[in-house]
Amino acid sequence: MENDKVILLDFWASMLGLRLRVALAEKEIEYEYKEEDSASNIKSPLLLKMNPIHKKVPVLIHNGKPVCESFIALEYIDEVWKDKAPLLPTDPYERAQARFWADYIDKLYENFGRKIWSTKGEVQEGAKKGLIDSLKLLEQAALGDKLYFGGESFGFADIALIGIYSWFYALEIFGNFSIEAECPKLDAWDKRCKLRESVSKSLPDPHKIYELLLELKKTYGLE
Amino acid sequence: MAEELKLHRTWSSPFGLRIVWALHIKGIEYDAIFEDLSQKSPELLQYNPIHKKIPVLVHKGKPICESLVILEYIDETWKEAPLLPQDPYEKAMARFWAKFGEEKLLPSIWSVFTGQGEEKKEALGLAVQNLELLEEQLKEKFFGGEKIGYLDLVFGWLAYLLDVFEEVIDLKLFDAGKFPLLSAWMKNFYDAPEIKEHWPPRDKLVTKFQVLHEKYQTANPPK
Repeated sequence: MENDKVILLDFWASMLGLRLRVALAEKEIEYEYKEEDSASNIKSPLLLKMNPIHKKVPVLIHNGKPVCESFIALEYIDEVWKDKAPLLPTDPYERAQARFWADYIDKLYENFGRKIWSTKGEVQEGAKKGLIDSLKLLEQAALGDKLYFGGESFGFADIALIGIYSWFYALEIFGNFSIEAECPKLDAWDKRCKLRESVSKSLPDPHKIYELLLELKKTYGLE
Repeated sequence: MAEELKLHRTWSSPFGLRIVWALHIKGIEYDAIFEDLSQKSPELLQYNPIHKKIPVLVHKGKPICESLVILEYIDETWKEAPLLPQDPYEKAMARFWAKFGEEKLLPSIWSVFTGQGEEKKEALGLAVQNLELLEEQLKEKFFGGEKIGYLDLVFGWLAYLLDVFEEVIDLKLFDAGKFPLLSAWMKNFYDAPEIKEHWPPRDKLVTKFQVLHEKYQTANPPK
């Protein structure tokens, strides 16, 4: 669309921002990327103005108007730029399934992922088990033998998970476990997604995520 | 003829009530199945194996779970009397405030209900802050404008549960003087013809929450 100004306020390591980078790339939407340093505690004036309630990235800013929360921004992108690469199917039941699974996926980091890098001992073991059990359920109930969560097309639920998947390399090191070994179908799905340019060009370097988390552990005395 | 539509709900759950209201506003016929959550029906466990919760809407044998996902499904399947705004940005704003309601406002009020001593005081401060943010969002008679919409259904629980909580914990959570717009909204919503015949009986609610409150008190005695 002409005369459309799109800005993405994001942080290079953000698994939520990654979702928007992938979606914008899938739809070939031109945008200006603005980096927010979420690792420091300083929030930019732009972030405070565009997301005064939560003060978090990512924020999609379309012609000066902010859309916050990654799934809400994904649906917004899908509704405004509807002519290319639909993220959600047209059928209401299929849409409900995609939203249900995206919501399920969204809780994986808060419930388990975070604890895997920031805790030790029993708490960490519990989180590892929780994550693997949840991923196995996703494999079985949501993905099955399909190419993508939505079937033949890459879409909403895939984008939801690919963001979190980018952190798994670091989580596997901290937790000393292999997600690939436990969830081979998901691993194949991940490799399939990475063949898409929208994904491969948007993904952060997994080693840098690991280094970032090491830094955060030091900063917060979590070693 | 009404299509095969069933709603698994409980007599008191605000999440289930949202769906009752939505179906009523759209004039959609359905069968209500009241669940006893201490003894969930085999159908509920079959339709919602992951979360095992209500509400579940079953349309032509296919289940949809999670109340906000169900509301969007209803709006997309039965297009008369739309609940969500048509404009993508307005829609995004409605979804943003719904998420705020679920993830910030509701938990903060629940913490006041279950908390004690210092914890309760802090939770009260946060709850009031969240209510202030909501008060600022009311520009017309309802969140949806002149008519009840999606966001009114999402926040509807405030109109009947806040004063039940206040009675049970003997604490003024909601000062009508401080929140004139929200106060007016609560009255308008409570009395709206599409809504008022569905309220659960107040005395039964007070008893239920009294029992719950006592359980929380004994589980965490004040220090």
